[in-house]
Amino acid sequence: MKHIAIGILGAAALGFMASAASAGTLDTVKQKGFIQCGVSTGLAGFSAPDDKGDWKGIDADFCRAVAAAVFGDGTKVKFTPLSAKERFTALQSGEIDILSRNTTWTSNRDSALGLDFVGVTYYDGQGFMINAKKLPGVNSALQLSGAAVCVQSGTTTELNLADYFKKNKMEYNPVVFEKLEEVNAAYDAGRCDAYTTDQSGLYGIRLTLSAPADHVVLPEIISKEPLGPAVRQGDDQWAHIARWTYFALLNAEEAGVTQANVDEMKTSTDPNIQRLLGTEPDGKYGADLGLSNDFVVNIVKAVGNYGEMFERNVGSGSPLKIARGINALWTKGGLQYGPPIR
Amino acid sequence: MASQEILREEPSRGSFINDPRIRSLFFQTLVVILLFSSIWWIVHNVIENLQRLHIASGFGFLRSRAGFDISDTPIAYTSDSTYFRALVVGLLNTIIVAVAGIVLATVVGFTIGIGRLSQNWLIRKICTVYVEIFRNIPPLLVIFFWYSGVLAVLPAPRESIHLPFGSFLNQRGFYLPRAVWGDGSWLIGVALLLGIAMAWFVAHRARQRQRATGQQFPVFWTSVALIVGLPVLAFLLSGMPLTFDFPKQSTFNLTGGFWIKPEFLSLLLALSFYTAAFIAEIVRAGIRGVSRGQSEAAAALGLRSGPILRLVVIPQAMRIVIPPLTSQYLNLTKNSSLAIAIGYPDLTATAGTVLNQTGQAVEGVFIMMIAYLVLSLVTSFVMNIVNARMALVER
Repeated sequence: MKHIAIGILGAAALGFMASAASAGTLDTVKQKGFIQCGVSTGLAGFSAPDDKGDWKGIDADFCRAVAAAVFGDGTKVKFTPLSAKERFTALQSGEIDILSRNTTWTSNRDSALGLDFVGVTYYDGQGFMINAKKLPGVNSALQLSGAAVCVQSGTTTELNLADYFKKNKMEYNPVVFEKLEEVNAAYDAGRCDAYTTDQSGLYGIRLTLSAPADHVVLPEIISKEPLGPAVRQGDDQWAHIARWTYFALLNAEEAGVTQANVDEMKTSTDPNIQRLLGTEPDGKYGADLGLSNDFVVNIVKAVGNYGEMFERNVGSGSPLKIARGINALWTKGGLQYGPPIR
Repeated sequence: MASQEILREEPSRGSFINDPRIRSLFFQTLVVILLFSSIWWIVHNVIENLQRLHIASGFGFLRSRAGFDISDTPIAYTSDSTYFRALVVGLLNTIIVAVAGIVLATVVGFTIGIGRLSQNWLIRKICTVYVEIFRNIPPLLVIFFWYSGVLAVLPAPRESIHLPFGSFLNQRGFYLPRAVWGDGSWLIGVALLLGIAMAWFVAHRARQRQRATGQQFPVFWTSVALIVGLPVLAFLLSGMPLTFDFPKQSTFNLTGGFWIKPEFLSLLLALSFYTAAFIAEIVRAGIRGVSRGQSEAAAALGLRSGPILRLVVIPQAMRIVIPPLTSQYLNLTKNSSLAIAIGYPDLTATAGTVLNQTGQAVEGVFIMMIAYLVLSLVTSFVMNIVNARMALVER
């Protein structure tokens, strides 16, 4: 229901928005004093409120990092929980400034939907989860012919699912819900045999089920799901700020700058670290982006570097215990690679 | 003559501004201009903003491949079909649940409504409790009640409840044997049509004879014999060309047979039970609205209570009942969009998915609005015809 409301509001907003070119997002954000960040309605490890109502997760922390870059204060963020269907309209209509909601980067979304993806904060892939207790003997997704599969509507997951079963000439019965909680409840109640979404999501969802130990994630990964934040197309300055916030997180990890040692690193004589932390004499890499020169220091102070963010939210420091895998830095055999700040 | 001329010229004697005709013309033109220019302004702004935000627009996306699957497909549909076909599937699902809901709600509503006027204390109270419960709970909660409260707690497919005639009930839905018609079964259909035609003819002749001679004819039982008897005869004559496809246990679910999914079932039950409470009140009001003198007069003429209800009270009550009944039918159709909460692929859910996969929010919402508008207008149109036929014909 709500997505209709947002759709109509979005359509109405498009109708009533002043047709004169509006000010850049950076100026608007500075004026209102906070960043409006679109997150999920609750996906452990990515964006989910904790017992005190604070949003936790990689996606939530990315918004804090952007706030730290802009304001020098990572708390100047307001979160808007969005369903998969609502997310793009919310960004298009200007209701949120940045969409950081485990969203897959695709060509169509980057072009026809008026979005601009910033980077890949988490390399994921789609998988299946089943109740091993109820379905003993099923240990591959290729055995799922005839199964009822729970899936969230309006996602790339829904499309990959159709493609996978078609490619392998298998039948299935889709059980489609709009909200993540509805899918979780239906799967937990036994309405479906299998649950499909990004593998990281499956591990997070498994923790919320009534008997987590009964459920197993099948080994197949059936798609590429590069998840990353997105901003509106056509505002290059804002896109650069978001993109270089992401690269700053990666470069900080690569240079060994952490939340704990960032202040002592400021005295470093390594020119690479000096450029990164804005201590290089005459360097104005931050100012060129429309930020302060020490924006990386602010980011790292607020959320740590990429590695710290990962371990805290989905890795060893979290209940999810997901290994770095392909999300390790390029220097450690992974795919995360930050272009240099210079 | 002279005084008449003075009278005629009087209104235009004042200034131009005070002329009521010119005034009303002026303001009407002003409102029309304002209305159209604001519509133009909104449309123009939408187009301009879409271009400025680099969002593709137009209805060309309807011809692209949809790529997603739908669980209930009344017409052939795969992920290779177009977005347009996906929307048609959604629309058909909405129509199916709305029509089934309207029929069920009408039957339940009339039963409860008449029950509220029953002489029997228990029946009357049960019907009152029903109406008070169902019309005071939001329909969404009624849907959740059926979906999560009743159907979700049924046993898993492997422990299905066995029902008579090879049907099963489990948390995945209701499985019935499906009739498979063999060769020569067309004869049964023909016999059925023939039976209906003959029953209509008999009723027509009986009415003519009653008017002419006053003699009655057992029309009802003759019609039953014709409509049921002829197809049964044809069935036996053509060598009983009917087999059943029974649902069977497979790896995950029951397969084969006719499968009613829990999403459809809970939506149908919720919508019809909710709307039935309102229909019951409308029916009660309609019957109460017929003046007591009418049934007393009929009784004085020597009619028994059955014919009084059938021939005197109900035809007059229907005139009161039909207009508000139309509103309830429209409400039921529109409430079917609550299907999205439990994942029944109706128009709102399917169009929502299309809207999200393509990002065409403005077009998607527009299509939905037009579709519901057309559905409602068609329902109103049909009900208006019924109403016109029921209306008092003054002679």
